[in-house]
Amino acid sequence: MAEPILTVKNLSKSYGEQQVLHDINFSLQKGEVMTMLGPSGIGKSTLLRCLNGLEDFQTGELVFEGQTVKADNANWQQLRQKIGMVFQSYDLFPNMTVLQNITLAPVKVQKKSKAEAEQAARQLLKRVQLSDYANSYPRELSGGQKQRIAIARALAMHPDLMLFDEVTASLDPEMVRSVLDLIKELSEQDNMTMIIVTHEMNFARQIADQVLFLDQGTILEQTAGKDFFTNPQTQRAKDFLASMDF
Amino acid sequence: MEHSGISVLFQGRNFVRLLGGLWTSVWIAALALVFGLLLGALIGLLRTSKSKLLRAIFRIYLEFFRIVPTVVLLFLFYYILPRQVGINWPGSVMATIAFALWVSAEFSDIVRGALISVPKVQQESGLALGLSKWQLFIYVLLPQAFQLELPATINLATRVIKTTSLLMMISVMDLINVGQQIIEANNQSHPTAVFWIYGLIFLLYFIVDYPLSLWSKKVARRNQN
Ligand SMILES: Nc1ncnc2c1ncn2[C@@H]1O[C@H](COP(=O)(O)OP(=O)(O)OP(=O)(O)O)[C@@H](O)[C@H]1O
Ligand SMILES: [Mg+2]
Repeated sequence: MAEPILTVKNLSKSYGEQQVLHDINFSLQKGEVMTMLGPSGIGKSTLLRCLNGLEDFQTGELVFEGQTVKADNANWQQLRQKIGMVFQSYDLFPNMTVLQNITLAPVKVQKKSKAEAEQAARQLLKRVQLSDYANSYPRELSGGQKQRIAIARALAMHPDLMLFDEVTASLDPEMVRSVLDLIKELSEQDNMTMIIVTHEMNFARQIADQVLFLDQGTILEQTAGKDFFTNPQTQRAKDFLASMDF
Repeated sequence: MEHSGISVLFQGRNFVRLLGGLWTSVWIAALALVFGLLLGALIGLLRTSKSKLLRAIFRIYLEFFRIVPTVVLLFLFYYILPRQVGINWPGSVMATIAFALWVSAEFSDIVRGALISVPKVQQESGLALGLSKWQLFIYVLLPQAFQLELPATINLATRVIKTTSLLMMISVMDLINVGQQIIEANNQSHPTAVFWIYGLIFLLYFIVDYPLSLWSKKVARRNQN
C-alpha cells in the first residue's frame, strides 16, 4: 500500500485539567474519505482542529505528506495551505464579496496575480453553481449557498486534504442536499481526500471509505468500508446508530 | 450704547484672524487624529495579544492618558518634557504629539473592543486558509472592526476638536486664544464684544463638530440593523 497522506500517532489533548482526546491513532490514504462519527461533545471538532493547528495538542504527532508535525514545531501557516477546512457556522468574510472571499488567500498567501486568482475563482463558482453571485455579499446568500462558497474558497488553495466539521448542521433541510452533493462530487470526480464530521448518517454511509467512531475522546471503532453501519461492534456504537434515525 | 459689540467681529482683520485660529485648531486635531489612529490601531492589536506583559503595559498606557487631565498633559509636553529632554519645538507641534498619544490610547481601547467582538470563527476560517496573523488582522479583522468602531471613533474626533480649546494654555494661537486677544484689545471700547466673540466661537465649533456628530449617529443606526 502507498504511503498514507496523513497519519495520526498517539495524539492526546487536554483543555487545562480536562483531557478531551486520548491516544488517537489512525491513517488515511490519498483519495480516501473518512467519516468521523460520535455523540455530541466527545471531541470530534477538537480532533479536526488539531489536524490543522487551530488547537494545540500535548503529546503525539502527525505525519502529513511525509512531513512529521508536532504541535510545537509545526509551520502551520504552510500546512494549512494544503489542508482546507469548512466549519459549521457560515464563516465567509462579511466585508468582502463572494469573489473577494475566494481570491483573498490565493492572492495574499500564494501570491497569485489577481487576474489569475479571479479566473480560477469564477471556475469554482461555476462548479458550485453560483456564478451569478460573484459580486454579491455573503448577507445576500442563503445558508446553503454560503456553505458552497465556503467550500469553493477552501478549494481555491488547491488543498490535498479537506476537513468538514458538520457543514450542514445549521442549514435548513432543503439546503442540505446541495452541499452534500457537492462534497460527494469532490470525492467522485476529484478524488479529494476528506475527513468529514457529520450527523447525516445516510450521507456518511454513502461516502465513507473508512469510519471512525469516537466516544469520550477515544476511538471506539475504526472500520474500513461501510461495515460500521451494518455491523457495529460495540454497544455504544449500536446505541448511537439506533439514536440516529435514518 | 454708542458701539455695539458685534462690530468688533468685523473690525480690521478680526474675522479672518478668528478663522485662522479655527484653522489652527482643526489642523492640530486632524494631524493628531491621523497619527493617533494609526498608532492606536497597532496598540489595540497588541492589547489582544497573548502576552500578559504586553497587555499590561498598554493597559497602563491607556489608564495613564485617561487619568491625567488633558491640561496637565499639555503642560507636561510644553513646559516639562522639553526642558528635561532638551527639545525646543513650537507649542503647536508639542500639542499635536500630546493629542496624538492621547488619541492613540483612547483608540486602542476602541480597536480592542471591536476586535474581540469579531466572531472567533472569522479568525479561524482566515487562519485555516493559510493567512498569517498579520494578513488576518489587515484584511479580515480590521475592516470588520472598523465598521463596528466607526461611531466611537467619530465621537473621539469631536472630543479632540473640542479639547483643542485648551491649546491657549500653552500659547498656541488657536480659536479661543485669538478670540481672547480680540476681546482684551476691545474691552474698553466695546465691553459687550465678549458675547459676540464667544457666540461666534460657539458657532464655529458647532459647525465643525455637529456634522461629525450626525454622521456618528447615522453609522451607529446602520450598524444596529
Ligand atoms: N475551548 C475549550 N475549552 C475548554 N473545553 C473545551 C473547549 N472546546 C471544547 N471543549 C470541550 O471539549 C470536549 C469536546 O468538544 P468538541 O467540540 O470537540 O466535541 P464535538 O464532538 O465536536 O461535539 P459536537 O458534536 O457537539 O460538535 C467537550 O467536552 C467540550 O466541552
Ligand atoms: Mg463539533
